[in-house]
Amino acid sequence: MSDCLTVKDLCLWYGDTQALKNITMNIKERSITALIGPSGCGKSTFLKTLNRMNDLVSGVRVTGEVRYRGEDIYGKGVDVNELRRRVGMVFQKPNPFPMSIYDNIAYGPRTHGVKGRARLDDIVERALRDAAIWDEVKDRLRTSALGLSGGPQQRLCIARALAVEPDVLLMDEPTSALDPISTSRIEELTMELKERYTVVIVTHNMQQAVRISDTTAFFLLGELIECADTERMFSRPEDKRTEDYITGRFG
Amino acid sequence: MQDMQKKRLPLRRRAYAAAMIALMGAAVILTCALTVFFIGYVLSKGLPNITWELLSTSPSYLKETVGILPDIRNTLVIVLATLVIVLPFGVGAAVYLNEYAENRRLVSLIEYAAETLSGIPSIIYGLVGMLVFQQFLGMQTSLLCGALTLAIMNLPTILRNTQESLKTVPQAYREGAFGLGAGKWRTIRTVVLPGCVDGIITGCILAVGRILGESAALLFTAGFAHALNGCLGLMSSGATLTVALYVYAKEQGEFGVAFAIAAILMVMTVLMDLAAVLVGRFFEKRRNA
Repeated sequence: MSDCLTVKDLCLWYGDTQALKNITMNIKERSITALIGPSGCGKSTFLKTLNRMNDLVSGVRVTGEVRYRGEDIYGKGVDVNELRRRVGMVFQKPNPFPMSIYDNIAYGPRTHGVKGRARLDDIVERALRDAAIWDEVKDRLRTSALGLSGGPQQRLCIARALAVEPDVLLMDEPTSALDPISTSRIEELTMELKERYTVVIVTHNMQQAVRISDTTAFFLLGELIECADTERMFSRPEDKRTEDYITGRFG
Repeated sequence: MQDMQKKRLPLRRRAYAAAMIALMGAAVILTCALTVFFIGYVLSKGLPNITWELLSTSPSYLKETVGILPDIRNTLVIVLATLVIVLPFGVGAAVYLNEYAENRRLVSLIEYAAETLSGIPSIIYGLVGMLVFQQFLGMQTSLLCGALTLAIMNLPTILRNTQESLKTVPQAYREGAFGLGAGKWRTIRTVVLPGCVDGIITGCILAVGRILGESAALLFTAGFAHALNGCLGLMSSGATLTVALYVYAKEQGEFGVAFAIAAILMVMTVLMDLAAVLVGRFFEKRRNA
């Protein structure tokens, strides 16, 4: 498996506060990489540097290098919208648009120029099937997406992200606002998605990292402490701080 | 256990409480009575004078008619023209200030200026409108001149109201759209503006209410003519209902007509407020559907 994203010496500042310090890591394609660490350690910030969502925050400065399939995404002339199409994102709280289920899914394809009823119908159905929510919503595609409850809303958001045929899916604590049953459905779905997509997931829940991820990266105070095969990381952590965190001494 | 029985308060405090309650009750009764009297007085004086002839004719010395049809038409033209002029500017400026502008200090300066502008007495707008549009830009006393003046007068309110509406759109919607690769303008057009259109419409309706009630700024700019000139008559002088009310009451002593206009304006204002409430409810319902 080759590397899909390579990060080298990445630093990020919010104004004068440094939130990320010299992060260097590679993310393998078609695998699940979990980012763990205590609150405020920079894992979400790091995730958002991968599709430049941090651009939206004023006063952010980034140095270092993030390469997506060899191309420096902070380089000159990069089409950020195209980057975000290929590196999609699912947020902590489900955020469907206040439109119908159909229009939510069709939003991305329409944004990127897909026209024609038949083609859109196809894309919507495929995305909803891929996100394992088709059977629940196929009879109510024209009703508001806000009428769904939290779990289905989050799967709808995953379907919406899949509809633009991304390559990478960034997930920012996608289950932290959900109940255990919805959580396990999203976890199963995520494991299926890695057949075709590269997934990077931020999680607060170490059991979740163990259950679904292939690689785990442990962040602390803006630094990447350790990044390794999940099984190895949780059985024989190399760094004392990783061990303390995963055994629950702090966090 | 403490004694749960209510203790009798000292006489002075009881008397004080009773007096305050009586005073507040009197205030309530007075407020209601004044409002009811006022509305009732205008309606009872005005409604009997509203006839089909009044609504459907122009004033004419030859035909001896005193109709307010031109004034109704002028009012509608002023309202529409003002909205058409003020909306693109107000909404556009609000979108720019909230979604694009980087310089926070400049934004707050503009907001402060808008707040100040909205507090200026309307007759000053009339004076400036007369000097700028009429004298300097060479427009005649005309409905267009009046509409431009009212547009400037309502600009701060539309601007601030739209800004507040934009702020109610959750940041998560914007993030969702950006995360799918939508550009800034597409995000604003397809997610942000539809998400706050109810606030913008409500602001417009309230602006219409203010335009209906405006007279001072129009005395200088739109003039007093009561004739039906052309189809819209944008370039000719014309009195709106409020200005006509002033003319009929003050200069011609036609109090019956004046009260009829007052009653019509009052009903229109109530309808406008009702429309604002209904629009709010409609979008609320649609959002929760």
